[in-house]
Amino acid sequence: MTNLLSLVDVNLASAASFRPELALTFGTMAMFILDLFWKNHPARPARLATGALLVLGVAAALLVSQPTAPGSLFNGMIATDGFATFFKWLFLLAAGLTVLISAPGKDFPPARLGEFYALLMAMVLGLFLMASATDLLMVYLSIELVSLVSYVLAGFKKGDRRAAEASLKYVIYGGVASGVMLFGMSYLFGLLGTTSIGQLAGRIQHLQASGLPAAATKLTLVVAMVLITAGVGYKIAAVPWHMWCPDVYEGAPTPFTAFLSVGPKAAGFAVALRLFYGALSGPSAVTAGFGEAVGGLPWPAIIGVMSVATMTLGNLTALAQTNLKRLLAYSSIAHAGYLLMGLSAASDRGVQAIMIYLLIYVVMNLGSFLVVILVAEATGSESILDYRGLAKRHPLAATAFAVFLFSLTGIPPFAGFVGKWYLFVAVLDRVPGPGGNWYAVLAIIGALNSAVSLYYYVRVVRAMFIDQPYAEPRQAPATPLMYQLLLSASAVAVLVFGLWWTPMIDWTSASLQIFKG
Amino acid sequence: MQISLSHFLIVGALLFCFGLVTVTTRRNAVGVLMGVELILNGANVNFAAFNHYVVGGVSGQIFALFVIVLAAAEAAVGLAIVLAVFQTFKTIDVRYADLMRE
Repeated sequence: MTNLLSLVDVNLASAASFRPELALTFGTMAMFILDLFWKNHPARPARLATGALLVLGVAAALLVSQPTAPGSLFNGMIATDGFATFFKWLFLLAAGLTVLISAPGKDFPPARLGEFYALLMAMVLGLFLMASATDLLMVYLSIELVSLVSYVLAGFKKGDRRAAEASLKYVIYGGVASGVMLFGMSYLFGLLGTTSIGQLAGRIQHLQASGLPAAATKLTLVVAMVLITAGVGYKIAAVPWHMWCPDVYEGAPTPFTAFLSVGPKAAGFAVALRLFYGALSGPSAVTAGFGEAVGGLPWPAIIGVMSVATMTLGNLTALAQTNLKRLLAYSSIAHAGYLLMGLSAASDRGVQAIMIYLLIYVVMNLGSFLVVILVAEATGSESILDYRGLAKRHPLAATAFAVFLFSLTGIPPFAGFVGKWYLFVAVLDRVPGPGGNWYAVLAIIGALNSAVSLYYYVRVVRAMFIDQPYAEPRQAPATPLMYQLLLSASAVAVLVFGLWWTPMIDWTSASLQIFKG
Repeated sequence: MQISLSHFLIVGALLFCFGLVTVTTRRNAVGVLMGVELILNGANVNFAAFNHYVVGGVSGQIFALFVIVLAAAEAAVGLAIVLAVFQTFKTIDVRYADLMRE
């Protein structure tokens, strides 16, 4: 009985460092209730958006006041460390921008805006937990929390065939991917006797010394890890688990697509980094090369192959797209490929590069989707034909979109260049070491892919600035002031961080501590 | 015959494979969701068996309990989505829910 009481004490003590998540939990419920109270209020969207921002603001304030020392909460289920805190800020930023984007838009009718915000808050809670999960059980639960909300929100438009199809495809792909991941976890649990991520590497080494048949244990380990990678790969939309991505992005309401392309992707990378880099790279990671075994598994090589496949397929398929939402979907797949390069490098620099890139990616990708929303509200279409002559109709949107697209390509002086630069430096750092030739190949393929991506991004820029309008433009509705402000702010941020990136570097290097249990 | 760990693991692996086959071959959306449940239950059998024969304690059982609850939640969301598909497409055959193509 005393044993149980001490566990209760641990949980109560942990709750003190769990306040941002608690704020989001209660915020979700409060949003559902406020939604009912303001049923017929004329200023409903503004009030609901303020409420949602308030919830995020309270979570942010509690995040600031939280102790920064790394520690473990709830008997090793989740960790508080600089790494998790960085990602939490990223999610709050993305969610805040999404709330602002969706308030004045037509994607969400005012009558249903409240449930969207409530579900969005629940999703942010899931993302918080994903970024800080240090136990396989918690990884699975948080991924499922994010996924279940995503399935619902992907099919949010009632009576829309594309939305219904998108959510059906999403729930089937997502269910299979997380089920496969769970099956891998069950083998890992049986083999190593633990679900704590921090103990995995030690147990694997113990296993190798235990005298069990080496080939069989290694095979089982590799199978289990590949199955687990399926679950993580589906969250970040990496090849071969990317198939859901274009259809879901196209069918979902655009503000949610924007959030989906940054939030869960960043959280998926947080889980992957904790699992592969934080846990499975012991002291040997520095010396082990590309194809070498780290913790008994050649995972940098596996991730490297995934990275090449993901960016190549994403870029080549994006070339043929004429729907802007699908084009951005394939571009987001390609960006997952670039980010995987940093993971494959298996070094602190690689981790830092991923964090920098994700931070920039949130701003430039949300900005791009904001332009898609703007054009869709004026013309009712997402086809590239409707972007012709946008520079004359809406100079601000066209200029901002050009900035975002060049930044996504990685051209200086835009912020995307800084992100890519750090990713490539992380990979090239490993070239003199063991297996360095493979890292060189990875970097070359990455550079070639960036060149390919220039083609389809510039195609959009050409349509906006050079091509004649496809049809005589109808009288476009006035752009909400909120959109103009957000567009200018994101474009300026992309430009400023492309020229003055020291704050990002300082922040990410201070956030590099990963709690290892 | 003595029932050992390997018997449970074979059952778990079979359930997993049946689940994958069901998901890939079924045309009825509800059938596909049942395949997902089979995959989850295959993992559950593994967790319970490993816990009993190898690891000890209760952590595997607790994991399985959480999975059961989540499987129920996922089934609820999945069936709601199937209902939405039925209302818009007038069918739950997954072959017809294929409008978006590049």
